[in-house]
Amino acid sequence: MRLRQGQFSFLPDLTDDDIRTQAQYAIDNGWAVSVEYTDDPHPRNSYWEMWGHPMFDNPDAAAVVYEVNECRKEHGSKYIRVLAFDASAGWESIRMSFIVNRPAEEPGFRVVRQEAEGRKIRYTIESYAVREPEGARYA
Amino acid sequence: MNAETKEMTPSSVDLAASYEESGVKDILRELDETLIGLAPVKQRIKETAALLLVDKARREMGLATETPTLHMSFTGNPGTGKTTVALKIADLLHRLGYVRKGHLVTVTRDDLVGQYIGHTAPKTKEVLKKAMGGVLFIDEAYYLYRPENERDYGQEAIEILLQVMENNRDDLVVVLAGYADRMDRFFESNPGFRSRIAHHIEFPDYSDDELESIAEIMLAEQNYVFDEGGKRAMEEYIGQRRAQPHFANARSIRNALDRARLRQANRLFETSDGPLDATALSTITEADIRASRVFRGGLDVDRAQRETCA
Repeated sequence: MRLRQGQFSFLPDLTDDDIRTQAQYAIDNGWAVSVEYTDDPHPRNSYWEMWGHPMFDNPDAAAVVYEVNECRKEHGSKYIRVLAFDASAGWESIRMSFIVNRPAEEPGFRVVRQEAEGRKIRYTIESYAVREPEGARYA
Repeated sequence: MNAETKEMTPSSVDLAASYEESGVKDILRELDETLIGLAPVKQRIKETAALLLVDKARREMGLATETPTLHMSFTGNPGTGKTTVALKIADLLHRLGYVRKGHLVTVTRDDLVGQYIGHTAPKTKEVLKKAMGGVLFIDEAYYLYRPENERDYGQEAIEILLQVMENNRDDLVVVLAGYADRMDRFFESNPGFRSRIAHHIEFPDYSDDELESIAEIMLAEQNYVFDEGGKRAMEEYIGQRRAQPHFANARSIRNALDRARLRQANRLFETSDGPLDATALSTITEADIRASRVFRGGLDVDRAQRETCA
């Protein structure tokens, strides 16, 4: 099951050129671009690992593509995303976020039903991947 | 190439027109006007510009060529205008579309080499990323390599530099700069660098006349002028300063002028007893130049050294 998170996730995988164009758009708007990776694809997982510092003062997006490729070398079998952070007053938040790398096999999510008091049912989803310990996921 | 793109390709190209519209002409003219002397350097830059223009035209006509290697090395004595020319080159490459942003990032060994194990690689990469889309100017590049210390981290920085210079040729242009003899030794011990740098440009020393015009331009930029005596004194100053140690071409002139302005201000304070007009405030006279230590044989330490040697 293909993970759909962030921008462009219903499009085919972005090429390096696409990544550069998007990142350049962010840089031209004055946003700091950063690269993050994770092997826990749950949509509410907001704690992706940072790959290096956010790039505050690189005027050209080639640096972002370079870092994405460096990250792929190390974490090629995990999810990698590119974020653009807007630091301007009143916003101070993520403006862009898109996945640039995903594992070869994406096992998807299962639904867990918990029977609660009365006839209540609590639903939750869990990625099949996280049944393996951290680091051993996605082979 | 398929039929569709073939239709798009022009069958002929007007080099003069692309020369006009790329804005290269303006840069070359600016180079001619604002930089005194440096004839061989200007010649090389013109040649490089011509090559890049032709290359661009070839690419438009579908005669695909690889991006030419644009890494350069500038060798020459201090104060011969290496950094200034690097700025112009960055602008030139930007207008020709060989670098996307055209900014200049100036670094020295300290910015590239770390203090402890594992510190160098991220530091060098940080600098390289900052320079992407522009020109990276490494001043006194030979300090990167310190043969006397085999555990020096400079080697690590060199390796990363070489790798990025090769793999990200489209993303940045690296300019190495330094004194001629030490750069030669640096290239000898790092053959990888020599082969990756296509353009070796030598910056000649300025002649006395050129230094004089430079002095006048520098003063004019700050709204000062020489009077007759001041001009003569400056000529003499240049002749004597050249023979003394630590002569740094245009930089020595700039320092001399800064000190002359200092003495001028002092003179005005001590001697004036009425209102001063603009001419008085902006004239450098003979006395301001003559007071220099250069006319007494240079710095006291240097003079003492020479006397003990003699």
